[in-house]
Amino acid sequence: MNAGPLFELALRMGDNALILGQRVSAWCGHAPVLEEDIAMANVGLDLIGQAKLWLTLAGEVEGAGRDADALAFLRDSRDFRNVLLVEQPNGDYGRTLMRQFLFDAWHLPILKGLRQSGEARVADIAGKCAKEAAYHLDRSSDLVIRLGDGTAESRARMQAALDFLFPFVAEMTAADAIDDEIAAAGLGPRLADITREFSDTVAAVSAAATLALPSAPARTVAGPWRGKAGRHTEEFGRLLAEMQWMQRAYPGVSW
Amino acid sequence: MDAAGLSGRVMVRALEARPEAAEIWRWLDDVPDPEIPVLSVNDLGIIRAVEAAGDEVVVTVTPTYSGCPATAAIALSIEEALRRRGLTRVRVKSQISPAWTTDWISPAGREKLRAYGIAPPEGAACAGAALRNAPKTCPRCGSAHVEEVSRFGSTPCKASWRCGDCLEPFDYFKRF
Repeated sequence: MNAGPLFELALRMGDNALILGQRVSAWCGHAPVLEEDIAMANVGLDLIGQAKLWLTLAGEVEGAGRDADALAFLRDSRDFRNVLLVEQPNGDYGRTLMRQFLFDAWHLPILKGLRQSGEARVADIAGKCAKEAAYHLDRSSDLVIRLGDGTAESRARMQAALDFLFPFVAEMTAADAIDDEIAAAGLGPRLADITREFSDTVAAVSAAATLALPSAPARTVAGPWRGKAGRHTEEFGRLLAEMQWMQRAYPGVSW
Repeated sequence: MDAAGLSGRVMVRALEARPEAAEIWRWLDDVPDPEIPVLSVNDLGIIRAVEAAGDEVVVTVTPTYSGCPATAAIALSIEEALRRRGLTRVRVKSQISPAWTTDWISPAGREKLRAYGIAPPEGAACAGAALRNAPKTCPRCGSAHVEEVSRFGSTPCKASWRCGDCLEPFDYFKRF
């Protein structure tokens, strides 16, 4: 499925926001403390709102009559373009926060790049989302530092989370043919140009959190799994099943 | 209404037999935010334009946060309010650029927030991260001895704070 770089760009951005929004929403009512429960629900709301903006654009660009809901609830795993990082299960709260931080640290610079897009609709959405992403990054950085540089238990959990999640970062900073097409069309930044800001943020926050960055993030790139090409990890199917079952079981249901 | 609150708004002359745009703006003073009812949609700075297009009135609204659940409720209450005033064809249009900022909350709106127990946003959003995003004083007792509890609160636009003197928790309408 390649309906042109603008469609692919909108799907990639929308699916990242949608899937991470779905993941963090699962904490609603279950987070370790009330304030975090509220924060997670609010971050999830922002992301799902952003997903709606991007997927609406994708539907318009595609011109096949699919709206944001049709794209969110009626596509199969192979047609989702989110990066693998965001679909990883919540794990413990440390892993959820680390996943959020790694995504936010990448999300903000790519949105800042997209604000300069030659396509006005992309620049408008990115301008809106960048403000929210900046606030998310501020919060997730703060928590990663406090828990990393915290007790022996919290530090061990944050280090384990970083070790587990860091390999998934490779896909976010290595451009594929579609990323190149997006940049060549003037729709978005080259991934190489935003990687510096991402790496600097991750290095600075890890250092302040007394966490050690794993050394070889590139190894998963060679593997068969790449979310943005539609090759997802096993857990993704279960996520989709939960997210989509109602629209699948009762097509067109509304309330 | 201050100059900043008016910036970016477009007022279009209404056709004959239809109320002036300025009058519709005044009617919108009576449309409350569903989550923070002391604020009107005008106080919040989310109305970007009131225009006559053919035989319908188009109200352009900018969402505060992308996922704010109040957005749909606000559009509905604007439509209802204008219909009650006798306008039959009303359309509420969403516009995301330029992105909404708390800089557009009116000075009167800020005072209403404080009186309601919510600390208003401190500083201009355009000043960026150089300034700490924190309330200056407790909206209940006025003490400057305040501390953050959580970056988020009961709605996307608020954070949770606590006063070290009167010991009350309170919401801060965060600068955005």
